[in-house]
Amino acid sequence: MSSSLYSNSQTRGRWFEYVCLLATWSALFFLAVLLTVILWQGRGNLSMSFLSNFDDRLSPEKAGMLAGLWGSFWLMILTFLISVPVGIGAAIYLEEYSTDSWIARIIQVNLSNLAGVPSIVYGILGLTVFVRMFGIFAKGAIIERMTGNQVEGLFFAFGLNVPLPLGTTVISGALTLSLLVLPVIIVATQEAVRAVPGSIRHAALALGATKWQTIVTLVLPAAMPGIMTGVILSLSRAIGETAPLIMVGASTFLRATPADIEYPHELVTKPRATINAPFDEYTAMPIMVYSWAKQAQREYQGIASAGIIVLVTVLLTMNGLAIYIRNRSQQHLRW
Amino acid sequence: MFPTMTAEKPISLKPQVPLREPSAATDDVQRAIKLETRHLDFYYGNNQALHDISLQIPERSVTAFIGPSGCGKSTFLRTLNRMNDIIEGTRHTGDVLLEGTDIFDPRVDVVALRKRVGMVFQKSTPFPKSIFDNIAYGPRVAGLKDLSRLTEIVESSLKRAALWDEVKDRMRDSAMALSGGQQQRLCIARALATEPDVLLMDEPASALDPASTTRVEDLIFDLKSNYTIVIVTHNMQQAARVSDRTAFFYQGHLVEVGPTQELFTRPKEKQTEDYITGRFG
Repeated sequence: MSSSLYSNSQTRGRWFEYVCLLATWSALFFLAVLLTVILWQGRGNLSMSFLSNFDDRLSPEKAGMLAGLWGSFWLMILTFLISVPVGIGAAIYLEEYSTDSWIARIIQVNLSNLAGVPSIVYGILGLTVFVRMFGIFAKGAIIERMTGNQVEGLFFAFGLNVPLPLGTTVISGALTLSLLVLPVIIVATQEAVRAVPGSIRHAALALGATKWQTIVTLVLPAAMPGIMTGVILSLSRAIGETAPLIMVGASTFLRATPADIEYPHELVTKPRATINAPFDEYTAMPIMVYSWAKQAQREYQGIASAGIIVLVTVLLTMNGLAIYIRNRSQQHLRW
Repeated sequence: MFPTMTAEKPISLKPQVPLREPSAATDDVQRAIKLETRHLDFYYGNNQALHDISLQIPERSVTAFIGPSGCGKSTFLRTLNRMNDIIEGTRHTGDVLLEGTDIFDPRVDVVALRKRVGMVFQKSTPFPKSIFDNIAYGPRVAGLKDLSRLTEIVESSLKRAALWDEVKDRMRDSAMALSGGQQQRLCIARALATEPDVLLMDEPASALDPASTTRVEDLIFDLKSNYTIVIVTHNMQQAARVSDRTAFFYQGHLVEVGPTQELFTRPKEKQTEDYITGRFG
């Protein structure tokens, strides 16, 4: 009998392949449907004036995203500036300096846990810590009792004015989003740093480099592609976050940009506004989409779709940038 | 090719008759002791890796460490520039002296020590940088910024490592693009750029093809007129070819040390004889 040569194991293997293929296509199918519907709904509302107008709740055709675009821009810049140094610093400490103690292991486990904490929880944390600052600056609270007068802010040269507590300003939102993305940045950086071979570190130390020089001149440059990929991917998660920003008081309706900077060149021509923008009220793109989608008038559904298109475009651009940076800087790296 | 060397104790030294044709200038000179260990014990945690090693390494010569895997020869090599400090849970007793100075003295700067005692590893470890930046790495971390001075150092180091002619037109190319043998000579040039007195080599040719191995061995022979070289090798022919003195390690003990010619032809210890005749290891 030669029947054993005709066993059905190959057939079963092929069925499994089809099931996996179906799983892949079903995910892509729903993404395609979603994008098509959004594009179709938003098609009439996309124009240059949609990017340059403020929101309008009376005439939908005049509604635009300018406030959200600038709000999200400031959020991303500040979140980047806060989370990247802290995240890289923490990862370097954990990978290069800390000894394998039980504290280090607890930190490591909790970093992974933090990455999975719902974003609304970070919103509540941000509200308490940054927006209200535990209420210590409130009337009759500890600061007023200790200093004898109510502190409302810190004033510096160049007209820089930092409100205390930070309140519902861009910086509160950025600090909250930084907490949200930090675990991801730390874990991504740790993995990138770990991927740098130990032999490279030993070679540098044997040449008389200090540990600090080894990290700065070799480990970080070699790990940079991995770090930047982690940073940009986590920031593109942060740019779409709505829940924590609602908690920390992003405006759902605002006809102003932070510090009234409406054109990129004003970042340079109005330096005083630029340094104060982080301490101004703001709204953000996902918040605007959310509030348009809640409106009763049908026309605002199309506006919300147009908002989603802009948001997704910015997001895909950031992801594309991440891939470009990674590919470009990996060319020299072959261990 | 085996110039005479100092005996274990310089005081009792009698100049020996060269066994073969003398290599220029360095013969019949009583060489000072560059590196010396006294009763060195070394531990990984509770595991003792080196037992009471006392060894003198004369300057401007090649000393080879041979022995089976795990015999402690690499561990011993790494104590000579304190690379074992990096490994957690290691400790030692006894002294390591570089020109009479205890390198474990708290006043000794380990960074300065490693500049004087350079190291080349088994696996070539080019940095993911240009050839120029690789060679200039040591001087740069030492604070040298002057580009013309750096250029001089890079050129002279590459010439001493016999790599200059092959790479002089592509100093800006990535060092990762070089062949395996070139990468190892690059690492030697990089170690020379910090102007060390001593060069420690941990099986520098074990990952290379025969032609590259020959080039590295020729290089070691050329370098010994200016440097004190200590080489760990698995390859007994290599030890016989390049070294003036050979030390045989077994299970963390220094079994025998002496002029290479003598150790290979008239070993004093039974274990040495068994090892070099291939009876174990």
